[in-house]
Amino acid sequence: MQLKTHASRLALGLALGSALLAGSAYAEGTDTKRHHPKDEKFSFEGPFGTYDRGELQRGYQVYKEVCAACHAANHLSFHNLDEPGGPEFSEAQAKALANAVRIQAEPNDKGETTDDKGVPLMRPGTLADHFPAPYANENAARANNSGALPPDLSMLVKAREGGAQYVYSILTGFHEKPPAGFKLAEGKYFNPYFEGWNISMPPPLTNNGVSYSDGTKATIEQQAHDVTTFLAWASEPKMEERKRFGFGAMVFLIMLAGVLFMAYRKLWKDQH
Amino acid sequence: MSGPSTYNPKSGFERWLDARLPLPRLMHDTMSTFPTPRNLNIWYTFGGILTFCLAVQIVTGVVLAMHYVANANLAFDSVEAIMREVNYGWLIRYMHSNGASMFFLAVYIHMFRGLYYGSYKNPRELIWIIGVLIYLLMMATAFFGYVLPWGQMSFWGATVITNLFSAIPVVGNSIATWLWGDFAVGDATLNRFFSLHYLLPFIISGVVGLHIWALHVPGNNNPLGIDVKSPQDTVPFHPYYTVKDAFYLVCFIILFAAFVFYSPDFFGSPDNYQPANPLVTPPDIVPEWYLLPFYAMLRSIPNKLLGVIVMGGAIVTLVFIPWLDTSRVRSCRFRPLMKQFFWAFAVACLLLGYCGAQSVDAERFGVPLVWVARIASLYYFAFFWLIMPVIGLIETPKKLPASIAQSVLGDNAATPAE
Amino acid sequence: MAATTSDAGTRRDFIYVASASIGAVGAAAMAWPFIDQMNPSSAALALGSIEVDLAAIQPGQQVLVKWRGQPLFVRRRTPAEIASAKAVDVASLPDGNARNANVADSAPATDANRAIKPEWLVVKGVCTHLGCTPQAATPQIPQGEYGGWLCHCHGSMYDTAGRIRKGPAPENLAVPPYAFLSDTRIKVG
Repeated sequence: MQLKTHASRLALGLALGSALLAGSAYAEGTDTKRHHPKDEKFSFEGPFGTYDRGELQRGYQVYKEVCAACHAANHLSFHNLDEPGGPEFSEAQAKALANAVRIQAEPNDKGETTDDKGVPLMRPGTLADHFPAPYANENAARANNSGALPPDLSMLVKAREGGAQYVYSILTGFHEKPPAGFKLAEGKYFNPYFEGWNISMPPPLTNNGVSYSDGTKATIEQQAHDVTTFLAWASEPKMEERKRFGFGAMVFLIMLAGVLFMAYRKLWKDQH
Repeated sequence: MSGPSTYNPKSGFERWLDARLPLPRLMHDTMSTFPTPRNLNIWYTFGGILTFCLAVQIVTGVVLAMHYVANANLAFDSVEAIMREVNYGWLIRYMHSNGASMFFLAVYIHMFRGLYYGSYKNPRELIWIIGVLIYLLMMATAFFGYVLPWGQMSFWGATVITNLFSAIPVVGNSIATWLWGDFAVGDATLNRFFSLHYLLPFIISGVVGLHIWALHVPGNNNPLGIDVKSPQDTVPFHPYYTVKDAFYLVCFIILFAAFVFYSPDFFGSPDNYQPANPLVTPPDIVPEWYLLPFYAMLRSIPNKLLGVIVMGGAIVTLVFIPWLDTSRVRSCRFRPLMKQFFWAFAVACLLLGYCGAQSVDAERFGVPLVWVARIASLYYFAFFWLIMPVIGLIETPKKLPASIAQSVLGDNAATPAE
Repeated sequence: MAATTSDAGTRRDFIYVASASIGAVGAAAMAWPFIDQMNPSSAALALGSIEVDLAAIQPGQQVLVKWRGQPLFVRRRTPAEIASAKAVDVASLPDGNARNANVADSAPATDANRAIKPEWLVVKGVCTHLGCTPQAATPQIPQGEYGGWLCHCHGSMYDTAGRIRKGPAPENLAVPPYAFLSDTRIKVG
């Protein structure tokens, strides 16, 4: 308690942003603790789980067409898209995807960063570029989202208690009915998987909101599953390499332990 | 027990070197022929394991420092770049972050082993006290290290721990400001913490050297707690304990690897994957697991200064153990009463750790955990300052065996083992 | 008894050697990540190519751009400079190799092998002696005796095709891999 007092002393009066984000309207007498996330199964779970390439590629599409309108994913670069263990687009595809976005250009020969009308100079993206953010800065992001800050998505799955299941539950949790007597705050949306049940994000996914080129039916659940897989990869892009390395390391260590155990037993046989 | 050196330089070069820098002689006498009680059990392998942990932390840490940027605006991103862009950066960083937890796991086992077998008692008081110093330095290093990724837990952990100093009357606030180098935890704080985090492990290495040096004067204690009386009681350190330690070390590495490769964020908090935000405190801020018992003590005291004193006292108390224990018998194996209080102490520590991990107002079975923590804290102090001195005086220990050899080898002790 | 002792001795030796060898293999394997981490990261590798706009460069002018952290010279040569470079006998050059990533490794250092289009010379601005950046000669301010570059660190002189002519540098200035995307745009790397 005391510790929190100290901590919050520093944050005195400045917690405004978090209050807006978390939603501050609690209905009288209703326990608005977030529901336990849905038990959705993902291909990347378990010691041998890997990301499904199809899900990752479709997930990238959902991210790009839906999420990226408001959310940044700062830690991702276009060259990540063709690296092993990820969506594994071909290099040409990744380059095309990078080329399709506009990145703020470096100052030109005259030192200008904007054209005559004050519009920033832009250039096509390259593989080295990070994913562009939808807003120039945090204030712009808040101003465009009624005060709420859409969190960066590149770490989201690792940065939330409940991980992938939590993200999936939020995305598919908009259609549940609020209990009688629960009052939604102004400008908020009901989502029982979000702490406080008031979320600032409008329901992002709709049936057939994106059209998949591989013929997969774009239900809300399918899109949520795909984009969650994509975000899980975005959080932990080296997961497949890690598990593969780990398997080799484990086999090796158990072998070494076995040999050392024999040496140890042999050596100590007569000593106790 | 160290006795005269048995090193016998074979080649001309070895003789030449021995006359100038007798390093091979030191290695030979301390790691090869060093007579070691023949009855050391699994719990005695953790000294070697801890040396391994320190080496892993230093090697991975030096590598991480090649890529890390100690700047409040760049630190978080640089850690993410290590995880994503640097070749095998994920491996090295996960080894380092999980390595800290494994280090503390090993040090706690090592300390409880010392407590149980009376390894702090005459003539090994200094080994124990140097050990407490290492433990303190480890906590400081771990704390500085936890701040460096500059996530939410890093930032607020740093804020809370440095604010502990503000509890000191009169000068407290000045000390906190001095620690920060600013009006709050910020860039200046991060830079000095990085510097100290890099420095302290090398100081720990030096103090570990003293710890091992002090150990090699009286030699190892053992599960019986009785002195070595004849060469029969010992075996040479190499190959007997090098091989045994190696086997248990590899078992420990398997556990370590399981975390690194299959559950690398097990000990971490999701909040620390959010960049530090000085304006918003995460709803549940909890220190790393190895500091939880002390955190629980701090929280259970409803007074700022008293809470800090109790927490500090819990660690300082450890220094006095060699003189608080009045028993003439070392090992709890022969101390029926003390053994029970010892296990109760272990349970109290685990309870404190559990309470520290829960929210302040949590209840279990209708009991507020803050009261559980209070009782456990009380027992923690009573164990050392009351139970230890008193039990030593009133307890009747069991009969000690005549020698280590007789206890281990039974009646065959008279005949040579090989 | 003696036989079993020696047998046990051999088996014991074997198991020691086996565990020590396996342990050594593991340690060696584990060394690789710690070595490889110092190699360029995937972010650095992704930065490996740049595009340069040639439209604004005047004849006789050189622009300096940064490529993979090093200076890159893009020089629009005058007809006189091209002619003087073509006039040189390759056999008289200290380094007869083209040192051009875009032609065969064994190609001779003719001017044609140094520039994809004669008007444009693209070379790394790194003296092949010890890595300083040579100064470019202009009609107004000559640098060295060959109209190309002079490295002020140790006096290496390069001609208008970037070939070493005099001084301690052993090789011609290296030509990086590049291609013309259009008449006025090249991509390097």
